[in-house]
Amino acid sequence: MVTVAMPQALPGASPAPVPLPKAEARGLSFSYGTFQALQHIDMAIYERRVTALIGPSGCGKSTFLRCFNRMHDLYPGNRYEGEIRFFPDNTNLLDPHVDPIEVRMRISMVFQKANPFPKSIYENVAYGLRVRGVKRRVILDEKVENALRGAALWDEVKDRLNDLAFNLSGGQQQRLCIARALATDPEMLLFDEPTSALDPIATASIEELITELKSRVTILIVTHNMQQAARVSDFTAYMYLGKLIEFGITDDIFIKPKRKETEDYITGRFG
Amino acid sequence: MSDSPVGLQEIRALIAAHKRWDIIFGVIGLLALMVGVLTFAALFIEMAIKGLPLLSWDFFTSFPSRKPDQAGILSAWVGSTLVMVVTALAAVPLGVGAGVYLEEYAPKNWMTDLIEINVTNLAGVPSIIYGLLALGLFVYQFGLGQSILTAGLTLALLILPVVIVATREAIRSIPGVIREGAYALGATKWQTTSDHILPYARGGILTGVIIGMSRAIGETAPVITIGALTFIAFLPPAPVHAEFPFLSFEWIMSPFTVMPIQMFNWTSRPEAAFQQNAAAAGLVLVVMTLSMNALAIYLRYRLRKKIKW
Amino acid sequence: MTSIFHTNGMEAMSNYFVSDRLARRKLRHVKERIIEFILFLAALLSVATTIGIVLILLKESFVFFQAVSLWDFLTDTQWTPLFSDAHYGIMPLLSGTIVSSMVALLVAIPLGTIIAIYLSEFAPFSVREVAKPFLELLGGIPTIVYGYFALLFVTPLLQKIYPGLPGFNLLSAGLVMGIMIIPYVSSVSEDAMRAVPMALREGSYAMGATRFQTATWVVTPAAFSGIAAAYILGISRAVGETMILAVAAGMQPNLTWNPLEPAATITAYIVQVALGDLPHGSIGYQTIFAAGLTLMLLTLFFNVLGHLLRKRYRQAY
Repeated sequence: MVTVAMPQALPGASPAPVPLPKAEARGLSFSYGTFQALQHIDMAIYERRVTALIGPSGCGKSTFLRCFNRMHDLYPGNRYEGEIRFFPDNTNLLDPHVDPIEVRMRISMVFQKANPFPKSIYENVAYGLRVRGVKRRVILDEKVENALRGAALWDEVKDRLNDLAFNLSGGQQQRLCIARALATDPEMLLFDEPTSALDPIATASIEELITELKSRVTILIVTHNMQQAARVSDFTAYMYLGKLIEFGITDDIFIKPKRKETEDYITGRFG
Repeated sequence: MSDSPVGLQEIRALIAAHKRWDIIFGVIGLLALMVGVLTFAALFIEMAIKGLPLLSWDFFTSFPSRKPDQAGILSAWVGSTLVMVVTALAAVPLGVGAGVYLEEYAPKNWMTDLIEINVTNLAGVPSIIYGLLALGLFVYQFGLGQSILTAGLTLALLILPVVIVATREAIRSIPGVIREGAYALGATKWQTTSDHILPYARGGILTGVIIGMSRAIGETAPVITIGALTFIAFLPPAPVHAEFPFLSFEWIMSPFTVMPIQMFNWTSRPEAAFQQNAAAAGLVLVVMTLSMNALAIYLRYRLRKKIKW
Repeated sequence: MTSIFHTNGMEAMSNYFVSDRLARRKLRHVKERIIEFILFLAALLSVATTIGIVLILLKESFVFFQAVSLWDFLTDTQWTPLFSDAHYGIMPLLSGTIVSSMVALLVAIPLGTIIAIYLSEFAPFSVREVAKPFLELLGGIPTIVYGYFALLFVTPLLQKIYPGLPGFNLLSAGLVMGIMIIPYVSSVSEDAMRAVPMALREGSYAMGATRFQTATWVVTPAAFSGIAAAYILGISRAVGETMILAVAAGMQPNLTWNPLEPAATITAYIVQVALGDLPHGSIGYQTIFAAGLTLMLLTLFFNVLGHLLRKRYRQAY
C-alpha cells in the first residue's frame, strides 16, 4: 500500500478533513497472452478527488484504468491477478464471481474518442437508464436534463434533444458522453485520455467540467498531457513499464518528486 | 451519489433478468441456423435414398429414354462438360482481363465509373434475363443457333461479374510495395502485371473462377431459354477424331442438353420412377457443385493463412 | 531482343544504346497501348452486355406494344397469350411473383437477420468458422435441386398438414425460396454489423449493458442501412428466381393472392414458352420479352435502391 502524507488543508471542497479511499488496488497485475502489462500495483483512489495517471506511451495507464470496469473481460486471453477493493462494501471488483455488468453499473467510463450511439441526443443520455430498467418518461426526462446540465451541455442542446448525436461537434460529443456516463449516478468515473482528440477550447471546457464534477464523484483520469494532470488533479500517479513508480499529492509530485524516474519524466528528459 | 447496499440487490435481480435474454437469444440463433442445416440434410438424404440405388455405370452411359429404368444422363453430363469448356474459355480471359484493367489501368473518369456500375448491376440481374439476351442476340441476331456455343457464351456473361470481382479483390490484396519494386527495376506496366501481379493473385482468381463455374453448372433458366432441348438422345459430334484433322469444332454448333435441364425434365414427369431418376441426377449435380464450392472455400482459407507478405 | 550488354566498345555501345533504345521504347510503347486497349475492351464488355440487354428487351417489347396497348398490359386480369382468345394482362404473372416473393421474404428476413446478429455478436469463434462456409454452401445449391425439393418433399409434407393443398402451389415454392435466400440476407447483414466499430460496443458495455442489449439497441441500429441493403438484395433475388417456381408452383398463370394456389410467375412463364416451340417473330415470342422487360425494371429498381443504401452505410464509418 503506497501511503501518502496528508496535510490538514486539502485541495478540493471536501467536508471531511482527510479523504477516505473509494477504491484500492492491491497487488494488481495484468497480462494478456504472454505479455505482462501491469506488475503488482498498490494504489488508493481517494473519494471525491481527481486522481491522474501519467506516464509515457505504453506504460500501462489505460490498461490499469480499464481494470476498474472490467473492460478487459470483453476480449479473450486476459488475466487479472490481485484485487481492487471497492468501498464502502469492500467488494473485490476483479473477483471472477463478481458480475462485470454490476461493476459497470457502478463505475462509468468516458473514452478517448467520443463514441456516441447512432441515436438522438436524448436517447444517448437515457441509454444507461434504460439498461437499468427505468421506463417512466417523467423520470427519464428529469435525469437526462440533470445529466446534461452536469455536463454543461444542456443549454446548447435543450431545443434539439431529438437530433442525432452525430450532428454535434467533437467537443460537444465528448460532453454528451460525459452526460451519458453521469446519468446513472455512478460512484466512480473513469476518463481515458478524454481530451486528446479535442481542440484547446473544448479541452478547457472539459477540464473545467472535471473540476466541478469531483465534488460529486470520484474521478480517475488517464492523461498523456502532464500540464492537464497538474491543472486538474488532486493526486497523481506516475507509471512506467507497467509499474507504479510514484504516487502522491499532485503539487508534491510536480514540484518535488521523490523518485528520479518521476523527475526525469516530468522535466521532459524522456517520454 | 452512490447506490446503497439495498439498491445493489435490485440491480443484481435486474441484471439477472437481462442476462436471461442473452441465453434465450443464443438458443434462438442456433435454432435459426438449424433450419438451414435441417433443410440441407433433408434435401440430401431424400435424394440419396431415392437416387443412390440408381447410380451405376449404366446410368452414366445411357441416354434418356421413355422408360425410366433405361434412362441415363449421358447426353446431359457430356453436354454440361462441353458447355463448361466454352464458358471457361470465354469467361476467364474476359473476366480476368477486365479485372486487371479496372485495377491497374483504369483512370478515374466517368468511363471507369460507368464500367464499375455496370459490373455491379449485372451481378444482380436475374439469370433468365441473360437467357433472353442470348435468345435475341446470339441465337437469332448473330445466328449462332441453339447450340453449345450460345450456351457457353451466355453462361460466361452470367458469371463474368463473379470473375471480375474476384480478380479485383485478389489484385487489391497485393501490397503496393511489390508493384513499386517491379517498376523501380524498369518494368513496364504489362510486364509488372503479367510477371508479378497475376501470378501472386492467381489463388484468389482461381477461387473466383471455381465459384463462377459452380454457379454456371447449376444454371437452368438461361439455358432453357436459348432453346436447349430437354430430350436429347444423341451426343454432340466428338471433338476429337481418329483421322485428320484430329480436332473438330462441329460440336460447338450442335444441339445439346445439360444436367440441370435433364433433372428438370425428369422432375416434371408424373411417374414416380422418373422421380428417382431426378433424384439421382440431382445427387450428381449437388455433389459436383458442392465439391467445387468446398474447394473454393478451402482455397480461400489456405490463401488467407499462407500469404504472409 | 538482343541484350545491350553483349557488344564491344563503349562508343559502339553508346550509339547502339541510344538509337536502339529509342526504337525499342517506341515498340514497347505501342505494345503496351495495344494490351491496354484489349483489356479495356474486356472491361467494356460489361457495358456492352447491359446495352445488349436493354436493346433486346426494348426492341422486342416495342413490337409487342404495337399489338397490345400498355393499358391492356397493365390492367387486363388474364394472361393467355397462346390461346385463341388471347389476353395480355401482366397482373396474373405479377401476382404470382409478388406472392411467392412475400412468402420467401417472410422466411428469409427474420431468419437471416437473427443468424446475422447471432454470428456477429454472440457465436463463439468455432461456431462462426463452421456456420459461415455452411451458409455459403447452402446458397450454392442449384436452384433446380431446390425446385425438386419443394415439389417432391415440401409439398407432400405440407399436404399432411393441410390435405386440400394442390400439388403445385406458391407456398412450398416460396418457403424453399426463402431458405435459399437466407445466406444472401445473413452474409450482407453480418458484414454490415462487423463494420460497426468496436468503440461503439465498448461504449454500450461500459454502461452496463448485456450482450443482447448491445446487439439490439446499439449494433443493429448502427448497421441499419447495410441491413436494409441486405433485405433489398433478398427481394431482388426472390423476384428473379425461376426454377423453384417453375417446378413447384406450376406454370399456369393465375391471378391470386392466396399462396395455397398454383400460379405462374413472370420467370416461370418465360420458361414455359421457351420449352415450347414458338416461331421467331410471333406475338407469343414477343410476350416473353415484354415479361422480361417488366422483370428487368422491377429488379433494376431494387438493385439501385440497395446500392444507394450500401453506399450510405459505407460512408458512415
